This record gives sequence, C-alpha cells and structure tokens, in this order.
Amino acid sequence: MKDIHSFLCSPAESTHRHGPHDRIVISSRVRLARNLRGASFPGWAKKPERVKILEVIQPAVSSLPDMADSFGEAMDNFTALDKQILVERHLISREHAAKNAGSGLVLNREETFCVMINEEDHLRMQALRPGLQLRAAWNAIDAFDSALEKKLDFAFDNELGYLTACPTNLGTGIRVSAMLHLPGCVLDEQINPIIQSVNKLGLAVRGLYGEGTEALGNIFQVSNQMTLGESETVIVERLEKVLAQIIEHEQNARERLLEKKPKTVFNHIGRAYGILANAHSISSKETMNLLSLLKLGVDMSLFPGADRTLVDELFLSTQPAHLQKQVSDKLSAEERDLIRADMVRDRLKNVSRPVTK
Amino acid sequence: MQCCVCKEKPATVHLTQIVGEKMQKLDLCEECAKAKGVNDPTSFAMADLMLGLGASQEIAETAGVELKCPRCGFSQADFKKSGRLGCPDCYKTFAEGLSSLLKTMHKGTRHVGKAPEALRQSRDYADRLKLLQKKLAKAIDEENYEAAAALRDEIKSLGGIAVKSR
Repeated sequence: MKDIHSFLCSPAESTHRHGPHDRIVISSRVRLARNLRGASFPGWAKKPERVKILEVIQPAVSSLPDMADSFGEAMDNFTALDKQILVERHLISREHAAKNAGSGLVLNREETFCVMINEEDHLRMQALRPGLQLRAAWNAIDAFDSALEKKLDFAFDNELGYLTACPTNLGTGIRVSAMLHLPGCVLDEQINPIIQSVNKLGLAVRGLYGEGTEALGNIFQVSNQMTLGESETVIVERLEKVLAQIIEHEQNARERLLEKKPKTVFNHIGRAYGILANAHSISSKETMNLLSLLKLGVDMSLFPGADRTLVDELFLSTQPAHLQKQVSDKLSAEERDLIRADMVRDRLKNVSRPVTK
Repeated sequence: MQCCVCKEKPATVHLTQIVGEKMQKLDLCEECAKAKGVNDPTSFAMADLMLGLGASQEIAETAGVELKCPRCGFSQADFKKSGRLGCPDCYKTFAEGLSSLLKTMHKGTRHVGKAPEALRQSRDYADRLKLLQKKLAKAIDEENYEAAAALRDEIKSLGGIAVKSR
C-alpha cells in the first residue's frame, strides 16, 4: 500500500496553517452524513455488502476534482499505529480507527477534505479549515456533496431529509464544530457556566477527541446536536454567534487574569515551563496540559523569541502514536514517557524562562 | 423550562447522559419522569441512552407484535440494543414509533435544508402547493373570495392539481 506518512504533512508543517482567530479557535469542521438508497447501514450490513459499498463509494469520492490529489485506502490496510496517528491528527474518529475490511478513507493532499467510508454511515464527509472558518467549511462540503450526489444515489426522504443510521443525525446529517483552546476560561473558573449556557442553546461541548473524551490541554469542541427541522445555514449561523461569544469570553478572561490575578497566571505558566524544560519522564496527558499553559504564556508574550508553532508542533508530536512513529523499537508507555521528556527538553532548550514583571 | 415530553408542565427532573458518541439532555416534569421510569438510572437500555428515555419502549409498544423491516430484517430488539437503524427503509417500517422520538430529539420533525438536486424541484413544488392551499383555505374561511379566486388560479397555474373546495 501507499505510505500514509509520505502523504501526510509533518507535525511541523501542520502548525503553519493559519486562519482567523487561530489563537483561540484551532480548527473548524463541517461534516455531512450520507447513505446509499437501498443498502443496509454499515452497522447492520454484513461484511460482503460493506465491501461492495466501499467499492462503489471510494472510486466515486476519489474521482471528484477536489480529490484529484488524494490518498484513498481500505481501513484493513492501515496498521493500528497509523490509524492512531490519523486520530491524533483529528482526521478520523476513534470509531473509524476501530474499523477494518469494508471501511475506508479518502483524504486530499491539503488535508481540507477527509471522507470516512462505512463509519456509522456509508459516508461521513468532512471539510476542515484552520481557525474560525465555519462558513467556508460549509460552502466547501456543500459543493463537495453536490458533486458527489451526481455519482451516488443518496437515501433521502421528503419529510425526514437525509436518512442516517442513527436518528440523531437525521435530516441535514450535519455536524458543525470548532475546536477551541480555552485556558483563560479554565483558569478563571468560567468554563463550567460557559459549558452550561452553550448546552442550553442545544449545542454540545466535548473534549479533545470528541464525544466522551476529556478536555485535555484545555481544548474543547463545540458542535450542534440537532440536525432535523433547521437548515444547514441556520445551524452554521448559530454556531458562529455562540463561538464569537466564547472567543470574547476567553479574551476577557485572559485580560482579567493578568490584571486581577497575575501571580496565579505566572505561577501556572512558570511551573509548566519548569516541568516541561526539566522533566526526564512525562506522560502524554501531563504534557498536553502543560503545553496548553506554555501556549497561553506565548500568547501573553511571556516568552519573547519563542514561536507559537513550536508549542503546537510539540502538542502533536508528543502524542503516543506520533512519538512511537519516530522511533523504530516498539515502546512501552514508560519508555515513551522518557523519550517524550527528552524530546520536550531538547526542543525547549533555547526557550528562556518566562519574563514576568 | 417546559417538560420536553408533555410540553405542558414545568420540568423538574434534568438529565444529561453521555454515552460514547452521543450526548442527550432531557428536561422532564415529575409525572413524565415517572412514566418513563427515570427512577433507576442504571436500568436504561442502550437505545434509551443513545436516543433519550423511552426510545426503546416507544418503538416496541407501538407495534404489539414485533415489527421487522421487510428490506433488511432489522427488528425492534435490534434497535433497542444498538440505538441505530438497519437501513434507510427502516424509517418507514418504524415510522410510528420514531415520530415521537424525533420530536424530543430535534428542533422539528420535518427536514428543512438541502435536498438532492434531482428532488429539489419537486420538493419546492410540493412546499409551494401546500402553502398556497393553506392560504386558500384561510381566505375561504374569512370569506375573502377575491383573494381565494386569485389563489385558486395560482394553484392551477402551478400544475393543474384539483383544488378542494369546501
């Protein structure tokens, strides 16, 4: 099989993608769920039917102009490690990483379109953008879907819209989401009320790897939950409004913290730097949480000369599968913690202590 | 806040459940909470957790005998287990049970938004016709015959579908 690693951009390159508000909004994503008429959903279809569906969908997706330069492969041709790397890149869901024969992936070179075939639905197509670009992501996936419907017969009902395996995705089949870095709201203890009020608006707040995961590294995903009875643009607009407010909250929280509790902020950031720059063994979880504070310090100009992309790159390259990929031997978790600490110390050796007045 | 089931009484029981991919929030009044069996949170079936309380009962109870999708053989019991359906046709098979479920889950029960290009035209037409017929009925009710005649002509021009008169 073709090598996914020669196709994926490196962690260093991936940090050079920029978009509006990208200090706070890491990325924007719009995904559409679609299914073929007259075929069982992937969770119910037997393996031969799933394989057949994959053989119909994969070439159709790859033939789109947007996918002219793309990587398409069946999931059984990926190693467990490569699947985990794709999860760490947020290109596929953890559910999709668990799939094998009869499921597949098509990803374009720019990593702006990623299509999961036979995940929970026959098609889960996603448009990805750096920073806050929900509208652009929706327009992109809308056009992608319109091009694909000329080649595939999607299950659609006049009353219920696009038919999906789970009734929670019925109708538009859309999930609009943004990944946010909110260390200010967390330190200022604003995050719980924010999550509650966002929930009240019918939106979900989730952790780093989506549903049911922890908010590691102060990273949160906000997305719509309801998909039936409202148009895609109404859903996108609501998300945009809510995100604008969360961004404002985060900016205010950072300013307020510096003004009212500078010692608390400097203490957190200084300790994060101290551990990252000096540890000889560190877990992935601790690394993410401390890198989040380091990034906050860079955003607050406490590390003159330090580049934010360095922190972003470390955030990706220190995650378990990315770390494992860089060494040839199979590592235990303990061994990974040693190598991770070496790597972080080395990368931070030219970053001086935070400057606090 | 109103109870999301009866939509009448104030909600006093609030539930948030996160299972795997899905998060479900429910606000129930005391009576509906009891009716849905929200006394023992550990005893919910998978479908309940995925889709909101009472989902599995809802689908099972409407039929009496066990319903099976004629296209794919998917049954109510399968839905109860997985919280997912078997194929697009299942939405017709289990339509009755699903409709009240969808009400608690979504903003509305009718799709608004994108449709495949091939269906878009006929869909727009159906929407337009429905709207005009509603207006016509209203005009007749209000004995506004001038407006009614204009609407009737407009409906005729849409495609000559017979206009029901009262």
